[in-house]
Amino acid sequence: MRINCPHCGQRSNDEFSYLGDASIVRPDPAAPNANEAFYAFGYERANIAGPMQELWYHAAGCHAWLVVTRDTRNHEILDVKSAQEVALERQKAAGTAQ
Amino acid sequence: MTQSAQTARLKDRGLIDRSQSLTFTFDGVPYNGYAGDTLASALLANGVRLVGRSFKYHRPRGILTSGSEEPNALVELRSGARREPNTKATITELYDGLEAKSQNRFPSLSLDLLAVNGLLSPFLSAGFYYKTFMWPASFWEKFYEPMIRRAAGLGRAAQEHDPDSYDKAFAFCDILVVGSGPAGLMAALTAARTGARVILVDENFAFGGRLLSDVRTVGGVKGADWVNSVVAELRSFPGVRLMPRTTVFGAYDTGTFGAVERVADHVPVPAAGVPRQRLWRIVAKHTIIAQGAMERPIVFGNNDRPGVMLASAVRTYINRFGVKPGETAVVFSNNDDGASTIEDLVGAGIRVAALVDTRTMLQPATKSFARKHGIRIFEGAVVADAIGSSRVTSARIVGADGTSQNIACDLIAVSGGFNPSVQVTTHLGGRAQWQQELAAFVPGALPKGMAVSGSAKGTFGLASCLKEGAQAGEAAAVASGFQAAASAVPAADDEPSDISAFWHVKTAKHKAFVDQQNDVTAADVALAEREGYRSVEHLKRYTTLGMATDQGKTSNVNGLAILAQLTGKTIAATGATSARPPYTPVSLGALAGEHRGKHFKATRLTPSHDWAKERGAAFIETGMWLRAQYYPKPGENDWLTTVCREVNTVRNAVGVCDVSTLGKIEIHGTDAGKFLDRVYINMMSTLGVGKARYGMMLREDGIAMDDGTAARFADDRYFITTTTANAIKVLQHLELCRQWYWPDLDVQLFPVSDQWAQYSVAGPRARDLLAKIVDAPFDISNAAFPYMAVAELTVMGGIKARLYRLSFSGEMAYEIAVPARQGDRLMRTLMAKGEEFGVAPYGTEALGVMRIEKGHVAGPELNGMTTAGDLGLGKMASTKKDFVGRVLSQRPGLADPTRPRVVGFRPVDRSARLRGGAHFIGKDDAAVAQNDQGYMTSVAYSPSLGHWIGLGLLSGAESRMGEILRAFDPVRNGDVLVEVVPATFVDVEGARLRV
Ligand SMILES: [Zn+2]
Repeated sequence: MRINCPHCGQRSNDEFSYLGDASIVRPDPAAPNANEAFYAFGYERANIAGPMQELWYHAAGCHAWLVVTRDTRNHEILDVKSAQEVALERQKAAGTAQ
Repeated sequence: MTQSAQTARLKDRGLIDRSQSLTFTFDGVPYNGYAGDTLASALLANGVRLVGRSFKYHRPRGILTSGSEEPNALVELRSGARREPNTKATITELYDGLEAKSQNRFPSLSLDLLAVNGLLSPFLSAGFYYKTFMWPASFWEKFYEPMIRRAAGLGRAAQEHDPDSYDKAFAFCDILVVGSGPAGLMAALTAARTGARVILVDENFAFGGRLLSDVRTVGGVKGADWVNSVVAELRSFPGVRLMPRTTVFGAYDTGTFGAVERVADHVPVPAAGVPRQRLWRIVAKHTIIAQGAMERPIVFGNNDRPGVMLASAVRTYINRFGVKPGETAVVFSNNDDGASTIEDLVGAGIRVAALVDTRTMLQPATKSFARKHGIRIFEGAVVADAIGSSRVTSARIVGADGTSQNIACDLIAVSGGFNPSVQVTTHLGGRAQWQQELAAFVPGALPKGMAVSGSAKGTFGLASCLKEGAQAGEAAAVASGFQAAASAVPAADDEPSDISAFWHVKTAKHKAFVDQQNDVTAADVALAEREGYRSVEHLKRYTTLGMATDQGKTSNVNGLAILAQLTGKTIAATGATSARPPYTPVSLGALAGEHRGKHFKATRLTPSHDWAKERGAAFIETGMWLRAQYYPKPGENDWLTTVCREVNTVRNAVGVCDVSTLGKIEIHGTDAGKFLDRVYINMMSTLGVGKARYGMMLREDGIAMDDGTAARFADDRYFITTTTANAIKVLQHLELCRQWYWPDLDVQLFPVSDQWAQYSVAGPRARDLLAKIVDAPFDISNAAFPYMAVAELTVMGGIKARLYRLSFSGEMAYEIAVPARQGDRLMRTLMAKGEEFGVAPYGTEALGVMRIEKGHVAGPELNGMTTAGDLGLGKMASTKKDFVGRVLSQRPGLADPTRPRVVGFRPVDRSARLRGGAHFIGKDDAAVAQNDQGYMTSVAYSPSLGHWIGLGLLSGAESRMGEILRAFDPVRNGDVLVEVVPATFVDVEGARLRV
């Protein structure tokens, strides 16, 4: 499998390490239901068959975390984004919503 | 011994180089062959037909094929450390001095006493692995298992280390073409002419595929000559890489292919600096699979006898190698291609006794050719049995009317049709599809970027293969962004390729083999079906059909078809087993590459490693690092003496320990303090500039992840250390926090573990020693540079350094860091200047003893299951802020006060030794799991106290001081009484740190 790192170009997957689902967001620790939310964040993960947003870390490269959209059924990689940019956009969107 | 003549060599035929005579031995007998031969063709040239014994029944076996699908002609190649078992003679390139031995025979190939196994065949039939176990155990152990172990098997692996080297490499291209027959060559040529980067691989040592084996005309010239002209043109393109002797063994994701290049398997010993094999990872934008098709046998009685050979292989031996595979042939076929073999046989002067075809309508041209050459034609007939014991002497033919007759022959050329080589197309989950009109499986849905052309796709005519290859090459080039170049397809004919599916001769009287390598017969398939193994996957596992090293290349489809007939289903409904990599066996040497022995992983040395080596240090591997464990002095005969001396030196004078392996990260930015507050359980934003603080990080689930120190050199500049083992993991975690959790923070991380050589200087004389190397005007006095102070300074006359007043040993201590290249010099300087204070270096053992004496937790306590509270550090956690792991660390299970906590232990009998891993049990309780109360995590002999001490995790530890427990260690017969004590054994008040 090869991942197209936005900083380094297409690289072999053995340069990367994997974390998991990137579609879920770290809960707000100050929220009243933080206990349940963190429990779900930590343990209740979906086993997705199909396109999935995943966190990958370019360990043997630029040290960027990436949001990789991968079809778990055939390992096709549909999209790769910088995780920091995705997170900033998410923050911006949340700010606008509020 | 005189060398036998090549009696079966044809004159004026073949692509071998008769000017290069080569000598080789088979079972010790010398023979001659020519450059361009395979071991199989050279053996046949010398009239050697019997080359091995079969896996279970020790039946005599010959050469069935001319390619990598060969199930029978497996030999041990080379000798000694280079001996390679199960090597296919059919693809082993002949070289001068080649040594080969037959396999699985006892005591010799021609006289095999274990051929009696054939008589035991009722016990070795389908499912024998499972059934035999059902018998009384004593029967199995004493008789059957030893007998089967001795009798069944393949070649012997070399017993010594492989003396050769293996290499790994990457290659990138626009278009990868796998296979160099007519379709592959046209694909590569057409693509190369557009300027695309092309890699052409073929498992054979010569390019050309069937064009080398069949008498065909391409573009008005002989097939082999056309091949030479195409290869020459391909060589002229700078962007084309030609890789003969290379097998693509697997398709992987994103256009990645695994391939093995046999760089030096065709020479006795690889030249200096040349690997034997090279493992390639080829990354291609587009791939064209043109691996051709493999002929399948028809299953009839004694169809495994030497002298039964695939029709296509017969033609290969005649046309490519100039060898007569027999004197008198019978051709047994169900298709035009097989039947056409009579022409090649006649052309080579081999008498053809009969053409037996299961079809009733042969091509008129074939019939007239047969009549012209006096070949008897049997239409709608079968060869029911081969007759002969160690070689074929006749064929028993059963005609359409059911009458049977024996016709003398020593060669039966058999063709049951062709199986397209679809294996690589299914490696990523695709399924081959049955096509009834071709009587073959063809590729199904293909992975992205892959195309198949030629007979691998079920296109059997030569003209069609050339055309299809050209189209595939052009399409791939255009898809890769190149302009199609005008490329004419050379003229050729499409040969007739009519086939009528036929699998198994039911009138056979003798054993009829489906899988010749694993000795699986048609009767075994029938037995499995009767016993209920009717799914193809069950059949495979119950009978072992297709599970040998050839992965059933000549047997899978036949087995499937016979099962389909038995169950009354169509082949399409019966399904197919899926192929997985590797396509052909890959040696472990190639997979390991250079990663052998010490090269398995990198060995990291600290900057002053050479100094420690000179000093006679014993080293220990910690992760990739080699660290000095202790430094024995002359006369110290055991490690404990040395370690005690090192501890005493630190406690009474001064010692120096290399701590360069610690993980080190610079954390810069206006939000650095805020960031650290969120990743450490304690507050770091309040740390004063010029100060350090111990800190702990949790995982998000509330479990302790790592500990270390944070130092602040400026408002926006921190420096943290991690444990040696977690250096990479902590950086990855911090990057996740920075980039993904809090992307808006102004903070940057710089891993600097390798930039600094760092040493702990510890003991009552530590300051005196450091005072000798710090440059003026730095004031190292206790008042100016107290406990937990940090500073940037210069030492040894202008060398940039950092000084941290930290202590892991409990003594007055410092850590001093200099740029890595100055580490060796600093160590030597400290030793020289410290002589007057009685300095000594100390290693990781003494470091460990002193941290246990002080009750500091380390790796054995931070075991991935303990919380900060378990480690006695719960009070460090700030309640004024959030941090990673805070929420989940408050879960009832993790906050439970009865959880095992770290506490100290000492033996009641002070002379008793403690053992790490011993479990705590109530003094009067039985040593059973229900009474387990925790375990000893770390132990040391404390020279300061004169007895063993330990740290351990014990339930409800705080309230149990003074309690006596059993420390039970069944592994080493340890069972000692221990007393629960506070975890700090030395200088409980910590007074020595601050002087
Ligand atoms: Zn990168």
